[in-house]
Amino acid sequence: MAAPDLATLTVSGARDGLRSGTWTSEELTTGYLERIRSVDPSVHAFLHVADELALAKAAEADRVRAEGHGEPPPLLGVPLAVKDVLSTQEMDTTCGSRILKGYRPPFTATAVERLQAAGSVLLGKTNTDEFAMGSSTENSGYGPTRNPWDLTRVPGGSSGGSAAAVACGLAPGALGTDTGGSVRQPAAFCGIVGLKPSYGRISRYGLVAFGSSLDQIGPLCRSVEDAALLLEVMAGRDPRDSTTVPEPVPAYSRDLDGDVSGLKLGVPEEYFIDGMQPEVEGRVRDAVEHMAGLGAEIVPVSLPHTDMALPVYYLVVTAEASANLSRYDGVRFGHSAQAGSMTENYRQTRAQGFGDEVKRRIMLGTYALSVGYYDAYYLKAQQVRTLIKRDFDRVFEQVDLLICPATPTTAFEIGDRVDDPLSMYLADVFTLSVNLAGVCGISLPCGTDAAGLPVGLQLIGPHLGEQALLNAAHAYESTTDWHTRVPDPIA
Amino acid sequence: MTSARSADLVTVGGIEWQLVVGMEVHAQVATRSKMFCACSATYQGFDPNSHVCPVCLGMPGAMPVINQRAVEATIATGLALGCRIPDTAVFARKNYTYPDLPKGYQITQFEYPLCVDGRVDIPLPGGDTGTIRIRRAHLEEDTGKTTHEGGSSLVDLNRAGVPLMEIVTEADITSAEEAYGFLVRLRTILRYLGVNSGDMEKGALRCEPNISVRTAEQAARGAYGTKVEVKNLNSLRAVRAAIAFEHNRQARVLAKGGSIEQVNMGWDESRQITVLQRSKESSDDYRYFPEPDLPPLRISPEDIAHIEAGLPELVQAKEDRYVNDWGVRPAEASLLASERPLATWFEAAVAAWGGEDGKPQTMALWVTTELLALLHRQGEGQDLRQIADIRVQPHQLADLLTALADRQINNNTAKQVLAAMMETGEDPNAIIEREGLALVSDTSMLDAAILEIFEANPDEHARIQAGEMKLLGFFMGQVMKATRGQADPQTARTRLQELLGSGS
Repeated sequence: MAAPDLATLTVSGARDGLRSGTWTSEELTTGYLERIRSVDPSVHAFLHVADELALAKAAEADRVRAEGHGEPPPLLGVPLAVKDVLSTQEMDTTCGSRILKGYRPPFTATAVERLQAAGSVLLGKTNTDEFAMGSSTENSGYGPTRNPWDLTRVPGGSSGGSAAAVACGLAPGALGTDTGGSVRQPAAFCGIVGLKPSYGRISRYGLVAFGSSLDQIGPLCRSVEDAALLLEVMAGRDPRDSTTVPEPVPAYSRDLDGDVSGLKLGVPEEYFIDGMQPEVEGRVRDAVEHMAGLGAEIVPVSLPHTDMALPVYYLVVTAEASANLSRYDGVRFGHSAQAGSMTENYRQTRAQGFGDEVKRRIMLGTYALSVGYYDAYYLKAQQVRTLIKRDFDRVFEQVDLLICPATPTTAFEIGDRVDDPLSMYLADVFTLSVNLAGVCGISLPCGTDAAGLPVGLQLIGPHLGEQALLNAAHAYESTTDWHTRVPDPIA
Repeated sequence: MTSARSADLVTVGGIEWQLVVGMEVHAQVATRSKMFCACSATYQGFDPNSHVCPVCLGMPGAMPVINQRAVEATIATGLALGCRIPDTAVFARKNYTYPDLPKGYQITQFEYPLCVDGRVDIPLPGGDTGTIRIRRAHLEEDTGKTTHEGGSSLVDLNRAGVPLMEIVTEADITSAEEAYGFLVRLRTILRYLGVNSGDMEKGALRCEPNISVRTAEQAARGAYGTKVEVKNLNSLRAVRAAIAFEHNRQARVLAKGGSIEQVNMGWDESRQITVLQRSKESSDDYRYFPEPDLPPLRISPEDIAHIEAGLPELVQAKEDRYVNDWGVRPAEASLLASERPLATWFEAAVAAWGGEDGKPQTMALWVTTELLALLHRQGEGQDLRQIADIRVQPHQLADLLTALADRQINNNTAKQVLAAMMETGEDPNAIIEREGLALVSDTSMLDAAILEIFEANPDEHARIQAGEMKLLGFFMGQVMKATRGQADPQTARTRLQELLGSGS
């Protein structure tokens, strides 16, 4: 066989090689598992590697292909990684939290189930900020993940494990979740593609909830085509998640034509702010020019309530999280302090099991919902959220998509912001409006800074506007080579 | 509130203390599956934690899906209670921590319930009518059960997630009797709709009265006393007794210059008193907010019309129809309409026998007296709904009453035959024939018997012939004796007079 270059192999590339018989799933899976063994001790992208299980699934995929009854499922034999906030019946699911150490769910998340039904092979579960609360993966209860471009830097978060794994070729693609930017921001920091689909496009069943009205599963991968491929496998109505939308799922990957002539691209002025890294602004402005060169019409636009998105987000998401995390009480699953009285057991289980950021957010959310504060905080936040949504509704009457930076800076140093939650929260300032509005967004590499760290370009589309979004991203990607760059090999 | 009813008053210290009660009723909605998952909603008589799944166990990542049947049942109840059904209902999370609440929050409805602003009219003793306004009726999930055993607590989550309707009244109830009447009527409506078993002993229906007292002066300026919530009421009688007890207790405390604390009391059935359960030092903060896992429920006028079209004729409408259209007396009409199976049985019997000329009232009397007496003797309890299971079919009772009306049998025989029908389920005519119970109205047979009696009693015969007409009773008795009570009295009397030659 021709040995695949795992450092650059894409999901579609892996699939094509399997189809053509260039390699088998077992060979591919073995290759990734070996690479994980050698590289991951330095990166710590994985919390759990499913060696035997993955090899067994790979062998089964090869058998299915060899028997060759009809069209094989679209991802047959393709190895993938999954963020550890997605429930997997066959592997522990910890959410990066000590409170769920050793927790094995009795069911598998719909999105993962659909990937498995499409034939993919799960390599393991990737690191995350505890319960997806964070922007650097430093809040993991099992130690931070490092950025493959510079091991002293963070990979972003909370899907930092998935982003790092894909960036250094430990998997061709991975699933993340995006509540305020947790797919797009680490994708930007790690120089890969990250898609946050519209709210309701992919079932959240089995996604361990953080901010239920904001959470959405999204793929992290090496190409826009891969993002389209994974999206079309996972998307669609799920009777187990009442918030999924019934609209049929287009063949996103088939219809990527790369034609953006006449496309109206809005440049929101509020997304170019004082204090952002000049190189980030520079690369993104270059990308805007590039799109104009491809035939897109560039239109300056305004989303006037953008500066309120951060406070609104942290009120809504913490309120929801405070309730979502009530179930970790040491009674039915996960860590239990086994302390004397009922109340004492609750207290100690949660004190021991949760990290500082989780505790901080539970307290913030509890406060925002309390009698006497509800109107001033939670209710007010919901009202402003409506205004933010309206900003997007109005702007999408003028333009087809928005183009802007994914993050204000490139990847920062590990330890730099852990003691300053507010500066950490600012890492998501360009991404979280998208979640509040329920629209879709994608981050893709558009250059590097002076230190050689990747810069992420963000495109934003209206609710269920994934096809146009992926198209435009594909147009940029197929006429640039930033996505082909990989970090130096890690010994 | 109507003024045509008498409120309960307790006079202590020369002051009359009025009673004010508002009621919270929790009714389990009789659906097959739970409120937000496909688990069976049957929770009694099964191993603990056997009817559970990731959703009702509150496992991470599990999500609720609304049971449409429960929504329809709640809307149907709302319509039956005269409620308005807003076009949008929103589920909300009510946050509190307890081991039998797996998620740490209960999914309920808060700002936007399914049903609002209804009313229930209830008959009161003495012919008065009371009106209790319904503030709201909403849908939520039940909790599991915690039992404390030898220092440890055991949690059974079979009941967790069972659909529960909460019906809240305004503080319109002014007497224990009225509270009782309201609950009887509410339970009847719920049973009519088939949405709840009405079983308070098993906890399918739970009532929590909020009880306060106030003086006439307070009432005049619209002020209320501090209310006490009473829990652990397992029967309608217990609700009535607890309200009366609290009324007295609160009046005495206040009359002595004490004050009522806002507390939860529990009803001690054996001692017939309320006891302090939990003091509410600070008001609970449940931090309600809209449930993000469930989109708002949109209820269209078509949805409502569809549910309304499926509603059965309800208790009051039936009662009115029996009285107005069929001439049934109110007492029987009220009893017959009080349980849907009984009303159904009665209506089938009327349909079989005919609705003209006082027949429904005759049928009503037979059902409410003879048939229910037999039912009561036969059954363990006094559950009128058991009529659905008796062996006598409505058309058979109609046949029996036809036989009676045609004077094939007399009244006493009819009762005997009905008792036999209850045992065997046989047709009345078969019983009458086999047992030889038909009245003798064959004149030749009667004539022969009468002539024999004349011969056997020559003295009396001579006296009656001489005009001593009071002896007619003696001869009637003799005829009845000779025919073992099966002579048709009217025919016998006519024949006697004829043969005595005094028929003219």
